[in-house]
Amino acid sequence: MALDQSFIGRSYPPTSTYEVSREKIREFADAIGDTNPVYRDQEAARAAGHPDVIAPPTFITVVNIPAVNKVVADPALGLDYSRMVHGLQSFTYARPVRAGDVLALTVTIDDIMDRAGNDFLTVRAEVNAADGELICTTSAQLVVRRGDEA
Amino acid sequence: MSNFEVGTELPPLQVHVTRDMLVRYAGASLDFNPIHWNEHFAKDVGLPDVIGHGMLTMALGGRVVTDWLDDPGQLIDYSVRFTRPVVVPYGDEGALVEFSAKVGQVREDGTARIDIVAKFDGKAVLGKAQSVVRVS
Repeated sequence: MALDQSFIGRSYPPTSTYEVSREKIREFADAIGDTNPVYRDQEAARAAGHPDVIAPPTFITVVNIPAVNKVVADPALGLDYSRMVHGLQSFTYARPVRAGDVLALTVTIDDIMDRAGNDFLTVRAEVNAADGELICTTSAQLVVRRGDEA
Repeated sequence: MSNFEVGTELPPLQVHVTRDMLVRYAGASLDFNPIHWNEHFAKDVGLPDVIGHGMLTMALGGRVVTDWLDDPGQLIDYSVRFTRPVVVPYGDEGALVEFSAKVGQVREDGTARIDIVAKFDGKAVLGKAQSVVRVS
């Protein structure tokens, strides 16, 4: 069965926040082999005009994937999570994420589309700082191979 | 200084994506999906072997751009399509993923579009991988 189109436009407010630490940024930079000093050294970050160390562009995945997964796991949506693959991902930044940010994500289902027996979901997340400042907007397209119309 | 002229090629990057790297990335990114570290699980769901995190490939592609910029904070937009998995066998060689990028467009608003290519086994693993950066 195709997914319920009435979920388009549904928005899920943040249920928790995530505090970004210098150590987590360094751990993430290490994991992607990135030695850029602005991710590790406060002096280098300040010299580049940032108040503290910043995070690599895709760092937000640390909070984005769990937030998106929580929404798509809503039983009312009826999605078979085990058949889901990541089709597309985008990040649009108002500013870099930096150490000390307390992130809150608001997730919205932008689109649900049925094409050739597969479901395509477009899920957007707005990532805000504690004072409400928009830091980043993420968008993921998730593809679910339904396999019920082979 | 980065040279923002259409056609400028950024320094390429080659990465041997190994199981070790996938475990480390799983921990750092908090993505513990077993298709990225458990070959029994991966094969049970029809994959040839463990596959790399798409988001790791995306992160490595981003490095090509941020390594080239004066400040990674100049990157203001980054998007990719995941077209093929990176199959990561056991062993030190892992899977060789080759990244290249060039300046695709310089815009009136002080930004430039960087087009990124990621290849594994001779085939593109990212589609329409593009980053928008502030020129200064």
